[in-house]
Amino acid sequence: MSRSLVNWFKYASPASFYPLAGRMIPYFAAAAAVLGLAGLWIGLLVAPTDAQQGEGYRIIFVHVPASWMSMFVYCVMAFWSALGLAFKTRLSGMMTAALAPTGALFAFLSLWTGALWGKPMWGAWWVWDARLTSQLILFFLYLGFIALQSSIDDPRRADKAGALLALVGVINVPIIYFSVQWWNTLHQGASVSMTKAPSMAHTMLAGMLLMALAFWAYTIAVALARVRCIMLERELSSEWVKRNATE
Amino acid sequence: MKSRHKRLLLIVGGVAVLGVAAVLVLNAFRSNLVFFYTPTQIAKGEAPKNKAFRIGGLVKAGSLTRDGLTAHFIVTDTSRETAVSYTGILPDLFKEGRGVVAQGKLQAEGQFVATEVLAKHDENYMPPEAKDAVDQAQKAARTLKP
Repeated sequence: MSRSLVNWFKYASPASFYPLAGRMIPYFAAAAAVLGLAGLWIGLLVAPTDAQQGEGYRIIFVHVPASWMSMFVYCVMAFWSALGLAFKTRLSGMMTAALAPTGALFAFLSLWTGALWGKPMWGAWWVWDARLTSQLILFFLYLGFIALQSSIDDPRRADKAGALLALVGVINVPIIYFSVQWWNTLHQGASVSMTKAPSMAHTMLAGMLLMALAFWAYTIAVALARVRCIMLERELSSEWVKRNATE
Repeated sequence: MKSRHKRLLLIVGGVAVLGVAAVLVLNAFRSNLVFFYTPTQIAKGEAPKNKAFRIGGLVKAGSLTRDGLTAHFIVTDTSRETAVSYTGILPDLFKEGRGVVAQGKLQAEGQFVATEVLAKHDENYMPPEAKDAVDQAQKAARTLKP
């Protein structure tokens, strides 16, 4: 086995990951605050008014980054779930469980800001088109994951059940992403994608990307803080927790 | 093969099978997942008859007329057109040349009577000055055409 691999596996053990996570939290929290303030400043004060929607479009600076994060966090959960099922690493299940509430928060934020945006622009709070419905399913998948995991007392069995749900549900993520291309939807297509140049003014785009980076940093900080709590809870009787508690 | 590699293969295979199943299911339900029908689909008879459905397209420029609270306009997908009438308040973003989705029923004479009109906007965001520049360029391109 190569040297770098050994290094990675070292941090797969809660005893060595716990202090590392603790050291990283302040940096990500600070980055989230700075990037978020910069993003809001550009989004609310610097970015120009939209020709079509006037000032109302500015909710995009929360709506789109929250929607991106809700989909991305689910993919990360599925990734940890696959690793956990295949390699039986303890940390994977804890990471999945730590990410779920944040993912649910972003999915809810996406639906909520979407409703607030839809009413003045489209004329409806909610429509059952493919994009909105699949995003609602994603929110329910998050809630289902949290409910399933917390209903099983044995952490190893809870992780296994949750991992299966996360892996099955990940099919929904490409459906959300491509729904606006595959079917006629009321929701417009993507303004920013990997295949074409962004169809929005540069300052608007800058504000949106800053907000997206802020949400990333926030997610990492919160997930690390939560995973530390889960580690302590689950390994309460182990030697390293006792050592940490006395230090 | 180590057992953990076997498990990883099983997981990857399982997700792949589920993905294929999802694609097949979504393909089978394709017509039910459509939020609206285009005028071309209606002309081909793909839209449901004697049942409410939604029509989507662009409001044809110069087609909007008002008769009291009732608005008459033409929805086009640039190849086919459908005449729509609607009694009520139109959303702010409703404009000629812009996207629209209307729910209602198709009458025997081909007229679509809407009970709800939603505005559909596109994914372009730009300041009004940029929009003016684009409009000017398009107008110039049109007048230059023989």
